Amino acid sequence: MENLELQKIANEVRKDIVTAVHSAKSGHPGGSLGAADIFTYLYFEELKNIDPHDPKKPDRDRFVLSKGHCAPGLYSVLAERGYFPKEDLVTLRHVGSYLQGHPNMNDTPGVDMSTGSLGQGVSVACGMALAAKLSGEGYHVYTLLGDGECEEGEVWEAAMFAGDKKLDNLTVIVDYNNLQIDGTLEEVNSPLPLDQKFASFRFHVISVADGNDFDQLRAAFREAAGIKGMPTAIICRTVKGKGVSYMENSCGWHGKAPNDEEYAEAMEELKKAGEALCQK
Amino acid sequence: MSEVKKIATRESYGNALVELGKKHDDLVVLDADLAGATKTGIFRKAFPERHIDCGIAEGNMMAVAAGLAAAGMVPFASSFAMFAAGRAYEQVRNSIGYPHLNVKIGATHAGISVGEDGASHQCLEDIALMRVIPGMTVIVPSDDIEARAAVEAAYAYKGPVYLRFGRLAVPVINDRPDYRFEIGKGITLREGKDLTIVATGLEVQPALEAARKLEADGVDAEVINIHTIKPLDEALILASANKTGRVVTVEEHSVIGGLGGAVCEALSAKAPVPVLRIGVNDVFGESGPAAELLHKYRLDGEGVYGQIRAWI
Repeated sequence: MENLELQKIANEVRKDIVTAVHSAKSGHPGGSLGAADIFTYLYFEELKNIDPHDPKKPDRDRFVLSKGHCAPGLYSVLAERGYFPKEDLVTLRHVGSYLQGHPNMNDTPGVDMSTGSLGQGVSVACGMALAAKLSGEGYHVYTLLGDGECEEGEVWEAAMFAGDKKLDNLTVIVDYNNLQIDGTLEEVNSPLPLDQKFASFRFHVISVADGNDFDQLRAAFREAAGIKGMPTAIICRTVKGKGVSYMENSCGWHGKAPNDEEYAEAMEELKKAGEALCQK
Repeated sequence: MSEVKKIATRESYGNALVELGKKHDDLVVLDADLAGATKTGIFRKAFPERHIDCGIAEGNMMAVAAGLAAAGMVPFASSFAMFAAGRAYEQVRNSIGYPHLNVKIGATHAGISVGEDGASHQCLEDIALMRVIPGMTVIVPSDDIEARAAVEAAYAYKGPVYLRFGRLAVPVINDRPDYRFEIGKGITLREGKDLTIVATGLEVQPALEAARKLEADGVDAEVINIHTIKPLDEALILASANKTGRVVTVEEHSVIGGLGGAVCEALSAKAPVPVLRIGVNDVFGESGPAAELLHKYRLDGEGVYGQIRAWI
């Protein structure tokens, strides 16, 4: 798919994220918006053998959202990809909805694992990758981690495991926006340098200077696809809140919903961005 | 008693895994650097390619097991009860319990009979921790025969199962032709009219011994083996409680939240009779030979008998 098409989809995903979180009156827009391009690249370009009409297809590539709080981003891309109606996104976090605050694999079509408690998803992804190795199936497993999530010890237990078991069918993506709830990584308890840490756990490490740029994402995933004998970590520098100017690079928008006025402003900005993309 | 065959249920676990492994290619065994102690080493010898040593990282191991199950394998994840149910509690709760994945947790070295290693390794809280997780099945086998049957039943069952095994060699008590294991079905080992003793795991044998001693005193005790703590065989326990009017629970676990807690929860609503909960009384354990500890904490036949005598 051309970059322009991906950009248009990502812009729709961003509108969906803001709409869903606004409707829920809670949720995590910042990380979801920052990772919207990664979500879009994965579901429209990278994941093989996925079928919105057969979400449990046995030979599909898997995706585990280890940073489960970015569920609005995952739900939005799944809706854009056709797993369920876009109109349902406004039920996010409402009683009885199949769109829970954090992903539930038994509720939502296309969600491969229930996540939300940080550090666990990456271990689960290791288990899925190991299953493919044991059964001889060819699918690949992707997982998206937050940079703050890398403060969890389990991330490094999982990294040790993936490196030791040579899980070359596993790609760990880190959404490196340098912000977490209480401040910047440095202000809280910095897990940096991430590249050297993953390398020391026997990962092939790819650093992406702009994780909101499809050329750079494409180059990184292509490089990862050629790596054999070890897992790959793609560390993507992203802008938290990307696409909604007042949310960009602000940890205040980590887990807060826009009010009606802010919502209108965000949607206007995204509408204009979409129109600009259509002019190209 | 000297000719009675004794075997630790952890040994039964390892042996049962090998038998199941021969029949089922999707069975995978995980361990956390304790394969020799948990006896999954027996499986590793037979099926090295399906034995995954995860190293000393139990939280990761439980979530790896969840991933294997999500991809269609049937993992048995093994460690000491302290680390399987304790350290990895939240992984078990969120990555196995919440999505109701088909993971079997084989927890060995449960209870005070761990012995010399002492309190840090004597898990007395695992039944409580595991049974409070929605959808989790909790099984505590009493001997070799029951342990092997439980492992087989756990494999056949679709959903998360916590299996609690011991380190100490215990007598075989279920070697009868009519023995049949079914998840959630208690077994009446002795009928009586004066008192119901509900026991689980390695406390079933001391419970039987206590019942024999009570008989000599003219007290006719019914003994029920509850190998499945969850789902609890409420019908069997309620019927017996209604018949005898008094219930004693016996377990190698804290008196808070385990079998005693589960039985009281069932009885309080439907048959509120007096209950004596025998177990470890809200204290940590200590080092010592297993038999001596069971004696000190009054969990051997004599101790269980003495506690019941003092109560009735």
